[in-house]
Formats: sequence, structure tokens, C-alpha cells
Amino acid sequence: MKNSTILEVERLAVRFGSAEVFSNLTFQVARGSSLAVIGPNGAGKTVLFRALIGVQQYAGSVRWTPGTKIGYVPQKLDIERDLPITANDFLRARTSVACASRDEPLRVLARVGLEPALLDQQIGTMSGGQFQRLLIAFALIGHPDALLLDEPAAGMDAPGQEKLNDTLRSLQTDDGVTILFISHDLSVVYGYASQVLCLRRGDSRMGPPEEVLTPDRLKEIYGTPIAFHIHESNGN
Amino acid sequence: METRALVLSTEMAVAAGTVGCFAVMRKMTLAADAFSHVALPGIGLALVMRLNPLLGAVAALMLGALIIWGVENRTGISTETITGVVFSLALAIGSMMASGEELIDALFGAPGALSNTEATVGLVGGAAVIAFMLFARDRLLISMVSAEVAATSGINVRRLNLAYLAAFALTVALGLRYLGVLLMGSLIIIPAATAKRIARNINGMLAIAVGVSVASTLLGTLIAASIHRPTGPIIITIAGALFFLSLAWR
Repeated sequence: MKNSTILEVERLAVRFGSAEVFSNLTFQVARGSSLAVIGPNGAGKTVLFRALIGVQQYAGSVRWTPGTKIGYVPQKLDIERDLPITANDFLRARTSVACASRDEPLRVLARVGLEPALLDQQIGTMSGGQFQRLLIAFALIGHPDALLLDEPAAGMDAPGQEKLNDTLRSLQTDDGVTILFISHDLSVVYGYASQVLCLRRGDSRMGPPEEVLTPDRLKEIYGTPIAFHIHESNGN
Repeated sequence: METRALVLSTEMAVAAGTVGCFAVMRKMTLAADAFSHVALPGIGLALVMRLNPLLGAVAALMLGALIIWGVENRTGISTETITGVVFSLALAIGSMMASGEELIDALFGAPGALSNTEATVGLVGGAAVIAFMLFARDRLLISMVSAEVAATSGINVRRLNLAYLAAFALTVALGLRYLGVLLMGSLIIIPAATAKRIARNINGMLAIAVGVSVASTLLGTLIAASIHRPTGPIIITIAGALFFLSLAWR
């Protein structure tokens, strides 16, 4: 593995019984880059992330550079409203397991733009956007080298999504964190990702957004013409 | 009540309160209650073999925990479903093995002097459960929110689940003398359910669950001794009354 490569995936395949989710998936991720994973529903995007973090059985190989610390932000979680667990309980639990500094909860909360007052709020009573940002804050404890985010902007309003994009960009540029994210928002993918992995049963491809997100290629992936807006302010 | 019985029942109640908090938050309420019945065939077998019933109960509960954990990991079937099957089977086998007064004692708990084996297993087992819950509290909390997030936090979720089931099984075994097979699961669940309604954070929940569990156990044991009735039903009646009182709290 090259020094500049943080992740190498070779001939990765996942099956559920007789049903193949994807197979023969090979790609590399450069340290400090951002990889967007796109594809239609059922293409196996979440399954791919589960394989990358080691909670999904697979064939082939997934090799992270030794010592890589991974943070994972799952898709929307279903939390009971009356669960007596506060944001502070949740972040402190991670701090304790990671043997991190006691100031970490406040640092990571500020990093994702949440107020310290939120620490006393029960996680089940938070809005979707607040909880999503709390999960990102949680993943940042212990200074991860790579962050995997499964549809991080789902359930967020437009300003929240903007803030999230700014946070991720700053993590990548200021802290050198490698970002892997799943998204259905092709405008965000086009403006933010260094590489795009199009996951599609039997035919997955990877490349820079301007090569992969072409009208013809998108029609092949999704089976229907897809249009998206390119923000003028976007671009790396 | 003799001193060691007082210490033992308090320790059992503390273990039940803390273990119960995570059972309730993990939505294992019914499974947790049913799980305590798994002790019955072990008690029956121990009585047939003229061994201490407590040892039979511990063995059966640990085996039950291993079966539930193994089938869950292998098949992905929920804890609730597997526990339902294992519990029904255990109750059927246990009822065939034990009979008459022995069965009533096993089902509802029996007052009387503690044997040295019971006292030793109880004290060591109770301390082990409480130490485990203090150590694993943060890991259990994270894995309850998301198993994937726990895995990327360096937590071995499968091993943690097995250890938790073992702690649960041991807690049930500790309380069998006082509450019996039918009601021990209730002492794990009811104080925690009460605490979940009132508490604002995890420390509050643990403290309230332990408080309700200890108060119900000690008060119930004292009342049972003074009116010469089995301890289990009285302890659970008190815990149940506290739960209904808590409904008026928020």
C-alpha cells in the first residue's frame, strides 16, 4: 500500500444467502481525500460501509493503513423519545472508552456547531439534524483519520446541510481527515467529492465527479435521466 | 434478618437494578422476564441429583445465555424470539423434573437460613455482576444506541453481549432464593422501568433503579418474615406499587 493510500479494497463481494449485493469491487482511497458513494436504492451502499468498518461478512479484502482510526456516522437511528440518555452521557461514554481528554465533548460539539447547552438534552428529544450532528461529534472524539458518513444530511434543513458541508470540508482541509460519504444529493457530490464511486449491481465505477456524473452515465446507473444543479461556489 | 442475608439481598437488589436498566433500554423487557424461568430445569436436575439447587440454576441460566447468544449470532433471530422458545422449553422440562413443595419454592422463593454455598456464591456472584456493570456501563450505552458505532469505537459487541447475558443470568440466580423463578425477572425489570420514567440521565436512571430495587427487596423480605409468607410476591407487589406511583411523577 502506498503511503498516500489510506484504504485498499480488492475484489470485495457481499452476499445475503443466494442474493448477491455486489461483487468484484476494487478501489483505493487516498489519504485526505473525499470519496462519495452513490447509486440507486438497494445497490449496497450501506452494506459497503458496514463491510469497510468490519461488521458485515464479506469475501475479498479490505485493508486500512495500520493504525487508522475510523469514525462512523450511521444513517438515521430510531431512538426512543423517553430514553434517559443525554448528549453528555453519550459523548462521555465515548470519551471514557477512547481514554480521551475530559474536554473532548465540548471540543467536538463546537466542531459541529452545536451549543454546549445541548449536552443536557436527552438524545431522543433532539431534532433529526441535531442528532445527526451529535453523531458526527461522537465520531470525532479521539481524532479519527477517516470518517464514514451514511447519508449525513438526511433529515436536515438547507442551512443545516450547508453547515454540515462546511464542517466536513474543514475537517478534510484543516485536519486532513479522509471523508467517505453516501449521498443522494448529486450537487453536493459534484461540488465536494474528489472521487465518486457509482455502485451498481454488476457494474460499479469510480472516478472524478466530472467524469462519472455525466448525463449518460447517470442514466445508466439510475435507469432514468437525472439532472442536478451545480453550485457556482462549489468546486475543490 | 441475619447480617449476611441482609448483605446478600442488598447486593442482589443492586445487581438487579443496574442490569435491569440496560435490559429495559435495550427493549428486552419481556425477554428478560421470561429468561429467569430458564433456571427451572437446572433446579429440577439438581434436586434429582441431590445437589444444591442454586448450582443447578446457575448452570442452567449460563447454558441458556450461551444458547440465546449463539442462536442470535448464527441466525440473526431477535433475542426476544429465541428467549421465548428457550424459556418455554425450560419451563416444560423443569416442571417435569420438580414437583410439589420443591416446585412451589423454586417458583416463588423460599424463606429460611442460607447455606454456606448459597452465601458464598451469592456474595462473589453479586460483586462480580456489580463490578461488570460499572466497568461495561459506557460500552453497553454506546452499543445500545448503535452496534455499528460501537464497533468503530473499538468495542467487541458480540463479546459484550455475551458478558451482559452472563451477568443477567447470574443476577437471576442470585435472586432465586428470595423471589423464585417466576418473579426474579420482574425485580430486574420493574425498578428499571420505574427509573426510566423518572430519570433525566443515565446516572439518575441507575440510581433510581437501584433505590427502588433495594427498598422493595428489604421491605418485602421484612414483611414476608413477619407474616410468614413467601418473599417473592411481596417484593414484587411493592416494586409494582412504586412503578404505578411513578406514573404520576411526569
